[in-house]
Amino acid sequence: MIVNSDQTSFLFGKLTWESIPLHEPILVATFAAVALGGIAVVGALTYFRLWGYLWNEWLTSIDHKKIGIMYIILALVMLLRGFADAIMMRVQQAIASGGSEGYLPPQHYDQIFTAHGVIMIFFMAMPMITGLMNFVVPLQIGARDVSFPFLNNFSFWMTTAGAVITMISLFIGEYAQTGWLAYPPLSGIDGSPGVGVDYYIWGLQIAGVGTTLSGINLIVTIIKMRAPGMTMMRLPIFVWTSLCSNILIVASFPILTGTLALLTLDRYVGTNFFTNDLGGNPMMYVNLIWIWGHPEVYILVLPAFGVFSEIVATFSRKRLFGYASMVYATGVITILAYIVWLHHFFTMGSGASVNAFFGITTMIISIPTGAKIFNWLFTMYKGRINFDVPMLWTIGFMITFVIGGMTGVLLAVPPADFVLHNSLFLIAHFHNTIIGGVVFGVLAGIVYWFPKAFGYRLDPFWGKLSFWFWFIGFYFAFMPLYILGLMGITRRISQFEDNSLQIWFLIAAFGAFLIALGIASFVIQLIVSYLKRDQLRDVTGDPYNGRTLEWSTSSPPPAYNFAFTPVIHDVDAWADMKKRGYDRPQEGFIPIHMPKNTGAGVIISAISVVLGFALVWHIWWLAALSMLAIIAVSIAHTFNYNREYYIPASDVSTVEAERTKLLAEQA
Amino acid sequence: MAHAPAQSAAGAEPPVFYLKEDHHPENGTSLGFWLYLMSDCLIFATLFATYAVVGRNYAAGPSGADLFDLKLVAINTGFLLFSSITYGFAMLEMEKKKVKTTLIWLGVTGLFGLAFLAVEIYEFHHLIAEGAGPQRSAFLSAFFALVGTHGLHVTFGIIWLVTLMVQVGKHGLIPANKRRLMCLSMFWHFLDVIWIGVFSFVYLMGVL
Repeated sequence: MIVNSDQTSFLFGKLTWESIPLHEPILVATFAAVALGGIAVVGALTYFRLWGYLWNEWLTSIDHKKIGIMYIILALVMLLRGFADAIMMRVQQAIASGGSEGYLPPQHYDQIFTAHGVIMIFFMAMPMITGLMNFVVPLQIGARDVSFPFLNNFSFWMTTAGAVITMISLFIGEYAQTGWLAYPPLSGIDGSPGVGVDYYIWGLQIAGVGTTLSGINLIVTIIKMRAPGMTMMRLPIFVWTSLCSNILIVASFPILTGTLALLTLDRYVGTNFFTNDLGGNPMMYVNLIWIWGHPEVYILVLPAFGVFSEIVATFSRKRLFGYASMVYATGVITILAYIVWLHHFFTMGSGASVNAFFGITTMIISIPTGAKIFNWLFTMYKGRINFDVPMLWTIGFMITFVIGGMTGVLLAVPPADFVLHNSLFLIAHFHNTIIGGVVFGVLAGIVYWFPKAFGYRLDPFWGKLSFWFWFIGFYFAFMPLYILGLMGITRRISQFEDNSLQIWFLIAAFGAFLIALGIASFVIQLIVSYLKRDQLRDVTGDPYNGRTLEWSTSSPPPAYNFAFTPVIHDVDAWADMKKRGYDRPQEGFIPIHMPKNTGAGVIISAISVVLGFALVWHIWWLAALSMLAIIAVSIAHTFNYNREYYIPASDVSTVEAERTKLLAEQA
Repeated sequence: MAHAPAQSAAGAEPPVFYLKEDHHPENGTSLGFWLYLMSDCLIFATLFATYAVVGRNYAAGPSGADLFDLKLVAINTGFLLFSSITYGFAMLEMEKKKVKTTLIWLGVTGLFGLAFLAVEIYEFHHLIAEGAGPQRSAFLSAFFALVGTHGLHVTFGIIWLVTLMVQVGKHGLIPANKRRLMCLSMFWHFLDVIWIGVFSFVYLMGVL
């Protein structure tokens, strides 16, 4: 620690000039690129006078569709950051062999693998899933918004605030070098005296507030806001999986909050929860964090299963096979998600009976999951399958996920796990399920619902290219890790003595570059589609002859979603409406009650970033000040009782007449 | 047009596919607040579980039997339980639409809450002065974390109570304010339930 005067340390806490990593050329170059990019964006916004538009129409918006889109933009940005970390690790491991040290010093490498894990799970996968749920769920249940629209905006901004705190660590200070779950005693104050773990803690705590609130919001939305006639057994499967996923969020994120709070106390106050002396118990942390951590993987994958269920039915032009079994399978997975956590540390030494219990419960999960796979296959059976991009992702998922599932069953056998624990086999397994399941799912979902969000389709050529690069790249990147894992290579190592391993790391690096091309193709797909938007335009609002309610409204949907609340008679509500002669109403519009935008969410979250930063650097006066400011702004917000307004019937009428005209031109 | 002509059985009227009148879904505030309380309950569950695991790890330091002053804690429990009763009186007055008496009972509730906090702070101060601070042993870490988190909740409950008193004074017992009072009521009683857990599990079993 640098010794400085009392006043400086009062003003700036632990923060000094040495905290800025000017000696790391990679970080300086990254900072220069980020700064230039940031200046360009700010300049462009100012030049085109877009600040007002951005603030009024997007940042303060409580429209669930716009919040959903903002979540996905956040997720895509963080995907680029997380993937940059991945490619750096792959390059390092490919060249650091047989005495070569590679280009990353170990303390930097350790920060990279930690940041990669944290960012990919919390700031890529979670916002991606939450974004899709936000956009799609209210449309699929025939609602005009979520139950608590302001809370929705606030949740998004808290997630973003967590991401910002995590990103700041790149340029001021350091990030944790502990791995993505920060096990003590390594993450304790003796093992990690720097600010890295503090960035980790506060980034996750602030984002966690958003995640929990958004979970509550979506549960209440699904329970209370369904259109008349939509009984629970008529919910689209994506809504069912979202409901289960959000139940898991509300029932597991508080445990993460509590556990990280105890770690915080150990680091800041000197308590002894997870220390090795004075009665502390580090394994208690490992238990607690996985009681959250295992449900977390189902939080991510269940909505992805829902996306595939929607796509497979739509593109096979059939009703989904086995709707009820799909619902029960989802429910069973939700419950089992809570009684398997110990399989993450069979080697802790809980004894044969405990390990056997958790091994068996883990294997049982493959039964409902297998039922789902068969349901998708039977839906495709004798269907007229359209191999559009979302369907390619779905088939790629089914093949890849089955492999990941089977290696999971292998790992669930405790004696086998003693050999494979913490090896690259494990790394290959969970990337197999998370990339093959969650990432393929959200990418499929983005392509599938993109026309609904923006009114034009995504270019299929670049979409197919993206799929094939990802799909083939995945196998090149991770199959070698299965082999290395079986040979006993452990995770989180930056250099290898044995030169015979290098070929496998080279193949894995090649795979990572193919995935990079897949991501590039995806970005090009977005740009090309925007440029060709007039050719790709869909005015029907129903480009795939869809089956669920979101396809019954225009693309993009109006602020109020549905001019009249739909009445539901069937699981595939929209397919049923089309079949039985639904006529789009063209008159008799009434004023629509809608919530008003508010800036409170943005402001509170911005102050939360300051609070997090102050806490990381022990700048106590600033932490106290920003805490008081958060309380003050929150209270001030509750004094605003005027939160709703009516869209006049004439406005609804104008919007709907415009659509009638477009539909007539199309016909 | 994407809409195919009617394919329904001959003569059958097509079913109703949309509501012509305004649709008002049920208000979700109480369900949402219940879910929030249950999520908060899980934070306490984490702290209780932690206390169960390390609560007897005294590290050669003082135990609960050495430290706890049951009489003081009993008085404090009384303060909190009475505050729940007085909150109940406030809700009864609210149902009678009497702003003034509602405010009085809310004020009494807040004073009981403050008394509870004052005793708790005194207890904490006393323990730390005796050398039994949260750093002394895992038992004391878990004790301070559990009881302190509850105290922090009571503190925020009081801030919320004062805010609501101002809002009721300003706007009266309008539906929005009644809903807010109902949420705080659930929060306040929830803290009582948690405290009963703390009292039995930490204090009573601690002195056994």
